[in-house]
Amino acid sequence: MDNKYETIIGLEVHTQLDTKSKIFCSCSTEFGSEPNTNTCPVCLGLPGTLPVLNKKAVDYLIITGLALNCEIAFYSKFDRKNYFYPDLPKAYQISQFDLPLAKNGYIKVETEEGIHRIGITRIHLEEDAGKLIHEGSIDQSSGSLVDYNRTGVPLAEIVSEPDIRTPEQAREYLNYLKKTLEYLKVSDCNMEEGSLRCDANISLRLHGNKKFGTKVELKNMNSFKAIEKALAYEQKRQRKMLENDKKIVQETRTWDENKSKTISMRGKEEANDYRYFPEPDLVPLEIDEKWKKDIEERLPELPAVKRKRFIDEYNLPEYDADVITDSRDLADLFENSVSEYKDAKVVSNWIMGEFLRLINEEKTAIEDTKITGQLLAKMLKMIDQDIISSKIAKTVFEEMFYTGKDPEEIVKEKGLKQISDQGELESLVEKIIDENPSVIDDIKNGKDKAVGYLVGQVMKETKGKANPQMVNKMFKEKIK
Amino acid sequence: MKLYKCSLTELKNMIEEKRVKLQDIHESISYRTTHTDPIIKAYVNKNETYNIDELDQNNYKDTYLKGLPIAIKDNISIEEIKTTCSSKMLEEYVPPYNATVVEKIKEAGGIITGKTNMDEYAMGSSTENSAFFPTVNPWGKNRVPGGSSGGSAAAVAAGMVPVSLGSDTGGSIRQPASFCGVVGLKPTYGAVSRYGLVAFASSLDQIGPLARNVEDIALMMNVITGRDEKDSTCVNRDYPDFTEYLKNDVKDMKIGIPDQYFDIDFDQEVRESVLNAVEKLKKAGAKIERVSLTGAEYALAAYYIIATAEASSNLARYDGVRYGLRAEGADNLKKMFTETRQQGFGEEVKRRIMLGTYVLSSGYYDDFYLKAQKVRTLIKNDFDQLFTDYDLILSPTTPTTAFKIGEKRDPLKMYAADIFTVPVNIAGIPAISVPCGFDQKGLPIGLQLMGAHFKEEKLIQAAFSLEKILNLDIKYPALK
Repeated sequence: MDNKYETIIGLEVHTQLDTKSKIFCSCSTEFGSEPNTNTCPVCLGLPGTLPVLNKKAVDYLIITGLALNCEIAFYSKFDRKNYFYPDLPKAYQISQFDLPLAKNGYIKVETEEGIHRIGITRIHLEEDAGKLIHEGSIDQSSGSLVDYNRTGVPLAEIVSEPDIRTPEQAREYLNYLKKTLEYLKVSDCNMEEGSLRCDANISLRLHGNKKFGTKVELKNMNSFKAIEKALAYEQKRQRKMLENDKKIVQETRTWDENKSKTISMRGKEEANDYRYFPEPDLVPLEIDEKWKKDIEERLPELPAVKRKRFIDEYNLPEYDADVITDSRDLADLFENSVSEYKDAKVVSNWIMGEFLRLINEEKTAIEDTKITGQLLAKMLKMIDQDIISSKIAKTVFEEMFYTGKDPEEIVKEKGLKQISDQGELESLVEKIIDENPSVIDDIKNGKDKAVGYLVGQVMKETKGKANPQMVNKMFKEKIK
Repeated sequence: MKLYKCSLTELKNMIEEKRVKLQDIHESISYRTTHTDPIIKAYVNKNETYNIDELDQNNYKDTYLKGLPIAIKDNISIEEIKTTCSSKMLEEYVPPYNATVVEKIKEAGGIITGKTNMDEYAMGSSTENSAFFPTVNPWGKNRVPGGSSGGSAAAVAAGMVPVSLGSDTGGSIRQPASFCGVVGLKPTYGAVSRYGLVAFASSLDQIGPLARNVEDIALMMNVITGRDEKDSTCVNRDYPDFTEYLKNDVKDMKIGIPDQYFDIDFDQEVRESVLNAVEKLKKAGAKIERVSLTGAEYALAAYYIIATAEASSNLARYDGVRYGLRAEGADNLKKMFTETRQQGFGEEVKRRIMLGTYVLSSGYYDDFYLKAQKVRTLIKNDFDQLFTDYDLILSPTTPTTAFKIGEKRDPLKMYAADIFTVPVNIAGIPAISVPCGFDQKGLPIGLQLMGAHFKEEKLIQAAFSLEKILNLDIKYPALK
């Protein structure tokens, strides 16, 4: 890429906070309910109703701020952002304007070019709007329907400094953010369900220039990949314009996923004047030291720290540490298991292998599975004690995954106990030797690998229950 | 004795002493209303959900209000009864919930007779801005009852109901009380829940009682004050039994008379009447001194910026999407919004929405809204300072007695009628208007007492004394 221009990117992320009830009323925040069932006079903005702040949403925002190295404002307030739209029942959104709850934070992301620090300007609390629904497409529909279930779901708006320099960094920033929010258990960050949304500002300037170029706002990107693509497209478009001495227009552009390009949506002149002013229906928000401290104490170990600790403490390979710390639930499963079964690498293998395979197959959330670290540890011990074979363990594991049953019980119920009885195995081994004279000849002629085939036959006979080490040893002793 | 002429306190006592039947009271009130309201037009809608014949006073035996009648201003929400705000916009709107004050009245055993007329959305000082019809002042049928709680004041003055609730944003309880020769109290901001009061200016609105004597005001204050979980601006504190303060007198009370208020050019008869009352208070032992207070004209200027700014936002929700009027035939969203609002709002409401939108617009915010907020702080501090030395501050309630219907066509002249009442809302303090005499035309004159935050009991104490000292014969206007 031509290095004449430097790209300046800033991101605005809206993420739904995973509280049980809405930010200003007691309605449920559940996703996917029948339209307009999670509503009440307050979130419908009926005349005379008043908002009452959900303290849990404040807790969630504070913990997010702390995790992203922000200062938490001991005094903040809410403001009204005024605009007309059918999905906004009061015709204003209660948000925070000049005194956000959290500000001046940062995160560090790692890309191929190294570690990069990205500032976080502010994080503020606000309410979500409803959703318009159209029959067929918006152009064909004879009217609009509105679902107000989402109205009043708490949102954190996380605004980055214009510190991002490449679309790749933007993606990494979002990955980091998502992982952190998931670790904090404040948001499920599901872009498909709209619980995480991202707008981007992008401009170009000549390298060495202090002044920013004219920025363009990008909207309507529905995945991290789309964000990266839209930014890359826009970077190219703006560079081309500048190289041809054309002026960049300050505007809002929307990402068209099908055409893979950005399209002008509205210019600067058409931008809304939101007429912010302090929300008179709510008293200012004061966060005392105790409130902040209580939350600070609940701050979990964050992904980057955990990753490093897993490498240092458990000697995990970097790759394993990456995968295992990708989610807090996975990391918890790992650590719970390791606390009772010391070989961390074996635990890691089981989690990265069987466990994630089942997770992917079942498309289920880690927290929804029945398996626990204790159960996994117990099963691993049973392998070591030759009670079950590794192969049988997979069956046991699957059963634990679905039912959460104790491995001992599973083995007993299903009769999966390993056959380690010398006599019983010996007769089986002899039977197989008798049935496979040609294989025996091969082995005698030096084809040692064929022993594996014989062992396999015994395993087949016993439906996997035979102790493979013992069987192997017997074959080797008998065919000499 | 005609029962409709009795005060709430008298009726309560009579019921407790079993000297009267509840049904007879309601019959008398109903009879009076049937014959009077066609002239006065105080009610917008009667409460049709109860039947006098079926009233059983035993059901109210253990309640505070004993099943006695109360009228409610039509901007206070009652479940299943239309709440129109005297606006075409809400002509058919029926709230699905009760305002907190309505809940409190119901719990206290009050029976709501109906919803009273008002200036549309409480914007006005004459009730002429009602979209339906103007209300007539019982003291002169070509005279306005004041506003915006004109219906509530007129209904009480005409004997259609012993007490009513109004709302006061800049004088909307006290000014009509003054014009109609009744008592009206605006409580401290935060003393009475606003939940269910259709908002005009959220930081100034407050619900309060109107009655024919101070005693009834005390009774009603016992019912409506108190914390509400649904209103964050409602203050959590204990309130005294206000009727206890009817025993004391004004002896040794320190009352300030602000020079700046009496320097204003206002009606000579009003001035004489108020000063006459001052003399009588002195004789009764009150310590009365001239004091200096920020000019009321600054409060008036700040008021019409803050109130309109908040109104422009509060009234934005009437867009035809969810409830209330929707303009027919609009073929796109913007048209639906604009035509609905054009058809649904009256002239004064539109004027204030435009004013408010303007003062919040980018580029004007600092010069208008922000400056007005600073003035507000100064005025508040000024009052607070004065109340460290004085129990009460005294002024006229209005510059003139009730003016003629149609007399004030110039909105600025109408706004000037609020000069003495507006500073109270700006400072958030309580104030009461008590009748202190009549002008030569026979129209009532009101005197205003202002108190420190949450010192309603002092207002009640002094107003009750004044009422006794003056002993005016104003119980009923001679309806012609």
